[in-house]
Amino acid sequence: MQHILTRSLDRAATTFILVVAGLGILISLSNILLPAGSFFQVPTYLVALFGKYVCYAILALSIDLIWGYCGILSLGHGAFFALGGYAMGMYLMRQIGSRGVYGNPILPDFMVFLNYPKLPWYWHGFDMFWFAALMVLLVPGLLAFCFGWLAFRSRVTGVYLSIITQAMTYALLLAFFRNDFGFGGNNGLTDFKDILGFNVQADGTRVALFLLSCFSLILAFLICRAVVTSKLGKLLIAIRDAESRTRFLGYRVESYKLFVFTLSACMAGVAGALYVPQVGIINPSEFAPGNSIEAVIWVAVGGRGTLTGAALGAVVVNYAKTYFTSGPLAPYWLFMLGALFILVTLLLPKGIVGTFNAWWEPWKAQRISDADESAAREDGIEPKPNPAE
Amino acid sequence: MNVMDPRVTSAILYLDGVHVSFDGFHAINNLSLALEPGEMRAIIGPNGAGKTTMMDIITGKTKPDEGVVLFDGSTDLTRLDETRIAELGIGRKFQKPTVFESQTIEDNLLLALNVDHSVKGTLFWRGSKDESERIDRVLETIRLKDVRRKMAGSLSHGQKQWLEIGMLLAQDPKLLLVDEPVAGMTDVETHQTAELLKEINKEKTVMVVEHDMTFVRELGVKVTCLHEGTVLAEGSIDDVSSNERVIEVYLGR
Ligand SMILES: Nc1ncnc2c1ncn2[C@@H]1O[C@H](COP(=O)(O)OP(=O)(O)OP(=O)(O)O)[C@@H](O)[C@H]1O
Ligand SMILES: [Mg+2]
Repeated sequence: MQHILTRSLDRAATTFILVVAGLGILISLSNILLPAGSFFQVPTYLVALFGKYVCYAILALSIDLIWGYCGILSLGHGAFFALGGYAMGMYLMRQIGSRGVYGNPILPDFMVFLNYPKLPWYWHGFDMFWFAALMVLLVPGLLAFCFGWLAFRSRVTGVYLSIITQAMTYALLLAFFRNDFGFGGNNGLTDFKDILGFNVQADGTRVALFLLSCFSLILAFLICRAVVTSKLGKLLIAIRDAESRTRFLGYRVESYKLFVFTLSACMAGVAGALYVPQVGIINPSEFAPGNSIEAVIWVAVGGRGTLTGAALGAVVVNYAKTYFTSGPLAPYWLFMLGALFILVTLLLPKGIVGTFNAWWEPWKAQRISDADESAAREDGIEPKPNPAE
Repeated sequence: MNVMDPRVTSAILYLDGVHVSFDGFHAINNLSLALEPGEMRAIIGPNGAGKTTMMDIITGKTKPDEGVVLFDGSTDLTRLDETRIAELGIGRKFQKPTVFESQTIEDNLLLALNVDHSVKGTLFWRGSKDESERIDRVLETIRLKDVRRKMAGSLSHGQKQWLEIGMLLAQDPKLLLVDEPVAGMTDVETHQTAELLKEINKEKTVMVVEHDMTFVRELGVKVTCLHEGTVLAEGSIDDVSSNERVIEVYLGR
């Protein structure tokens, strides 16, 4: 355990964790302690907005883990995010109880409206938080496992894999749109009241959810770091760069891909579950293929294969999105996003953090080799002085 | 057939009547060949003779349409995949040197070591003294010790060839298939490679594909000449190189 931590926490990783934790605590404290309306007070709606960004950052991490390190370009990760979100949404729906418009103690409003005679079997258990939380991990994880098992065993890679992940999220989009599918159809799940007995609208709950999201981001980041700095991480990169070579070394590539793909889907599910109570709604549009593509763009902008870049990209792009879509430029946002993607691909192929590293690393490497040399001198293996001198 | 079956041949590698065609083009035609344990065999032949394809068949990359491919006299290789075949102890160096370019030289060797290759094993892997000593020894052998922390992608073509041979050593297989190991090497490096392969052959069975006849001569082992997917001649280098058909299709050009 100790050695995994020391290995995972290099300077950049430690900085990242400190920044996330620091900002999380500062924003929360300013919201709680400072009087409303004062200049330094972060209003609650902003706390919720930042919380949303943090959830996106977790989704971006999960994509970077498979795309940046293992070369699996999933264009359907939004599906795992949305499934996690629906699992949480189902819990929140069951918490409404008889406070709904129709006052039915068991059936959510949309079921009463659609004349459901009783609760569908797959809604059972979601009145318990622990069960819903388990499903947040299990449903996306299981789908990813089955999907990955079929795809990786048949050696579907590259563009073909990306296309079938798109098809997967699109199929789910269509399914969730249907009223008889049992998840509220078009309108999705909304009008939430409580989470674990706390009012989801209350300031305190929002701050708590934001802090929990920051904590989850740090945890997800640590898990990703532990994976990519292990020998398995080196192997993932080897698979990314020369997949068939690793087979000839005796590695079962599909098992490794299945492992990271499933892990990544579980992380995306957690991100979705944290997202739903903060935005107050989950509907089928979360499965839209465009969402998954957007998430990949965040990672590309921040820098794939860097983890910190993925998180940064998610926040930067979404901040820009919030900024532009709330102004007169709103209709042009998608064009701007497209342009951003093209610009980054052409000018900053390594993304923000990747470019920074490329510039910084030679310098750091120099320092390390200097340190090595001085260590060697201390060990007394200094080259023998030339007698001719 | 499984490992429990009695050996049907003493050969460590046995190919009989193997056929492969790609969209009607017969790349391998009734190919039969046997390597005895501990042997080193040089394979020569013109471009497109099917030398690389033969290695693809042995390592499970290509499935033959017909024929028998046995390892250790009893294991049917045509029914196994690349991973399983590698686990059995067949290692391969590719014609185009294939190393993990964005990783360091020592990490390339670390990944090649024949240790626990399960997901769990690699995730919770911790280096051991034994492993780092093995890597050190290989680095010494392939003369890349001073640059062990450099990225494999920054190596010259010849050095990449050596690194890939080093990965074979780390993999520690029983049978090594080495495809054009001296392409892109200077004369000195070629000589060193021949020495290295002879050294490796003291413990392991080796199959080397090479066009460089000086190098093949230096190995001083039995030679098989392939042509149009079948064995054209087999024997000592002098026998093979004086064979009329071999001169006609290969050496005479
Ligand atoms: N996957 C494939 N699909 C179609 N044709 C192939 C395939 N692999 C090999 N071939 C063809 O089979 C023939 C034998 O190729 P191979 O690479 O085995 O030759 P080689 O003896 O290794 O030649 P060289 O000395 O140039 O390396 C060639 O004509 C090649 O084009
Ligand atoms: Mg070849």
